[in-house]
Amino acid sequence: MSGVFGGGAPDVIVIGAGIHGCSTALHCAMRGLKVLVIEKDHAGRHSSGVNAGGVRQLARHVAEIPLSVYSMELWHRIAQLVDDDCGFTSDGQVLVAESEAEYDSFRARVTELNSFGFSHEELIDARELRRLVPAVAETCPGGIVSRRDGAALPFKTTQAFRRKAEALGVRFCEGVRVTGIQAEGSAWTVSTNVGAVRAAKIVNAAGAWADRIAADLGEPVPLEVIAPMLMITARVEHFIKPVVILRGRKLSFKQFANGTVLIGGGHLGRALRDQNTTVLDWAKLAENAKTVWDLFPIMRGTTIVRAWAGIEARMPDDLPVFGKSRIHEGIFHQFGFSAHGFQLGPGAGAVMAELIATGNTNTPISGLGIERFAA
Amino acid sequence: MKTIKDVAALSECYDLLVIGAGPAGMAAAATGAEQGLSTLLIDENPAPGGQIYRGITTTPVAAKETLGADYWRGTDLVRDLTASEATYAPETTVWSVGPAAEGPSDPGRMEVGVSVGGAARLIQARQVIAATGALERPFPIPGWTLPGVMTAGGAQIALKTSGLVPDGRVVVAGSGPLLYLLTAQLRAAGAKISVMLDTTPHENWGRAIRYASDFLRSPYLGKGLKLLLGAHRGMRIVRGITAIEADGDSRVRSVRFRHGSKEEELPCDVLLLHQGVVPNINLANAVGCALDWDDDQLTWVPQTDEWYETSVKGFTIAGDGAGIGGAESAALRGRLAALGAGHRLGRLSAKDRDQMAAPVRTELMRAGRGRRFLDVLYRPAKAFRVPKADDTIVCRCEEVTAGKLRETVALGVAGPNQMKSFLRCGMGPCQGRLCGLTVTELIADTRGVSPNEVGGYRLRPPIKPITLGELAALPKTPAAIKAVER
Repeated sequence: MSGVFGGGAPDVIVIGAGIHGCSTALHCAMRGLKVLVIEKDHAGRHSSGVNAGGVRQLARHVAEIPLSVYSMELWHRIAQLVDDDCGFTSDGQVLVAESEAEYDSFRARVTELNSFGFSHEELIDARELRRLVPAVAETCPGGIVSRRDGAALPFKTTQAFRRKAEALGVRFCEGVRVTGIQAEGSAWTVSTNVGAVRAAKIVNAAGAWADRIAADLGEPVPLEVIAPMLMITARVEHFIKPVVILRGRKLSFKQFANGTVLIGGGHLGRALRDQNTTVLDWAKLAENAKTVWDLFPIMRGTTIVRAWAGIEARMPDDLPVFGKSRIHEGIFHQFGFSAHGFQLGPGAGAVMAELIATGNTNTPISGLGIERFAA
Repeated sequence: MKTIKDVAALSECYDLLVIGAGPAGMAAAATGAEQGLSTLLIDENPAPGGQIYRGITTTPVAAKETLGADYWRGTDLVRDLTASEATYAPETTVWSVGPAAEGPSDPGRMEVGVSVGGAARLIQARQVIAATGALERPFPIPGWTLPGVMTAGGAQIALKTSGLVPDGRVVVAGSGPLLYLLTAQLRAAGAKISVMLDTTPHENWGRAIRYASDFLRSPYLGKGLKLLLGAHRGMRIVRGITAIEADGDSRVRSVRFRHGSKEEELPCDVLLLHQGVVPNINLANAVGCALDWDDDQLTWVPQTDEWYETSVKGFTIAGDGAGIGGAESAALRGRLAALGAGHRLGRLSAKDRDQMAAPVRTELMRAGRGRRFLDVLYRPAKAFRVPKADDTIVCRCEEVTAGKLRETVALGVAGPNQMKSFLRCGMGPCQGRLCGLTVTELIADTRGVSPNEVGGYRLRPPIKPITLGELAALPKTPAAIKAVER
């Protein structure tokens, strides 16, 4: 029955070869499981390959901080894990306050996080902010830094996970589309456009298409398909090391070693998921450019050389769907990372593999389950 | 014709937007305006003409015979355009074309980002005709990035716009009818071209010969013979060249080449390279038009219907951008494209459109005669498209070599878009607009599959760079203002 897919019968089928599917496949293989990954395009084709590459614990919702902290440990030894540095650099991420009122809310947040026992976010005053980000506008009163944060190259990273997983025996079927999933005894049959294949455990890591899989399994979710836009500039002289983000207005800002600057922050274009394409919204990109114009006067004459958007899934509460199915034995969900899932990829894969192999995990993931959307 | 030089003077919406004022664009704009369509013709250059007729109203090259009778034929197109009701925006760039999100919804309505003199703006068009012409095919040989090595087309632009002629000992190398034309023009203007290295593969003659009868009845024959005879006077022509290398440290000093079993080296100050032109599909690619690999012309060609409308509704490509056919064919295809757009806009009945198109189509058949012979004869050799030497640079902006690309294919990187993330090839200032064909063919060759299977770079807007300041100052569109007021 698994003929067209080659090899023997898999223990686990992962649907979707984004950073999450590839990471889960790798970690399952590291636990001795036989894994098949089914991907409708190619690994990293959508948001996993074209996102801003932020590796950020900073400014996350408390519910996903444990997963993020776990992931950060893996990022700092990423080359040992996947035999590739993934372009990871760790120059910190800085959340800049644009007003005193905002700075006060940042202070409250850091205090709250400390009370939960998280210490990765650190409140900084105007002087430390200027030391870390000399080019920032004079008017900013301070911010928060997460010093171990950084950035990586998203497509290179996804490919590295995929290659390492393959080296450990994971089979990847690209260009194959899942058309349905049916229970068959104690196992699941996954139907595709090239035939059917069976396994006891299924991971739904289908990103912006995951709601269709979930609905097919009788667990509909209110997933929104979004297309966060990014721009990159021509090379400019090096002037900033950490990644800079804002909360009031949408911005994420990073300069690469080669001098080019990536500008993002979550302004949305139009996603056409059935056509696999996106349409840019220039009026919103103009707003994005205006924010940079205000914050970094040095950038005003720089040329924009490229703009694009990736197709992503967003949940109404901006938190991922992560964990066991509410109703089915052997079904696991890992999607809906709501435009901030890249950093979580390595750790979420490890935790998911633990959940699949042992039925449990020590990493707190309550609050992320699919049951929160049950009618 | 009304000329606009200020972005604020543009209307919110035009029936027809034509991009590029070469033969196809000029003809399309004049034909569109003739039907009463509000027509805007946008062009980057200060005066109409495109590449082939570049500077036709302004060139300092006064002697008619220097640029030749074919060049001056462009005068008629300029006259028709000038007499029309079209609006013409020179020194204007189009940096984005996409489906319009808001406003009255007619299928094919586009939102277009334009920029004039450092000020950007979004306007709309109900139909867009891209007449973006052709580009010279990349010619990646060892040393092609040295100062002093340039494309023959580049040298021609300098001649037409400024009357500049390359200094010192000039060697031209490559293949195709344009190579002979450019050489003749440059020599007539006083360039010292002593040697032409012809890279046309010998075996092409055998393949081309069965298309020869059409060619013999075409106007190309007379022009070609005249150029060939002229070329032989006072210039050495070496045929059957199988390898070329430019040498020098800070700039080119000599050129080495192989023909048959012989290797030679000649000193030179300027090396001009040219191996034909390919459709400039950069805009079409960014807009998302379906493209096919044409194995005769060794390039991507947009899928179009008989009115040159692409797979993207309302987006039409006229002229060489839809497949190389030359200036005369381009102008005719511009007319047909505008008739098609006029019909889609409800201005022309199908019957009127077809009636008006019939004589143009007859002309087009005639103009295309003999083309196939030239395509097959001048199909460039693989050695000059897919560099053999590993240290030859493919992506000039990011200095990515052929060897590095082959190594990366071996890692399982199957296509140009994945390659971008690995090597940054195609990620520099030109955004892969120049190395795209080489990268596709090199990956296809290494993998042993067809370029169609490999695909090309997905090009991203802005199609032309704009500054952050320009984008930040983008005026709000009326639709956006209304949305806020609501």
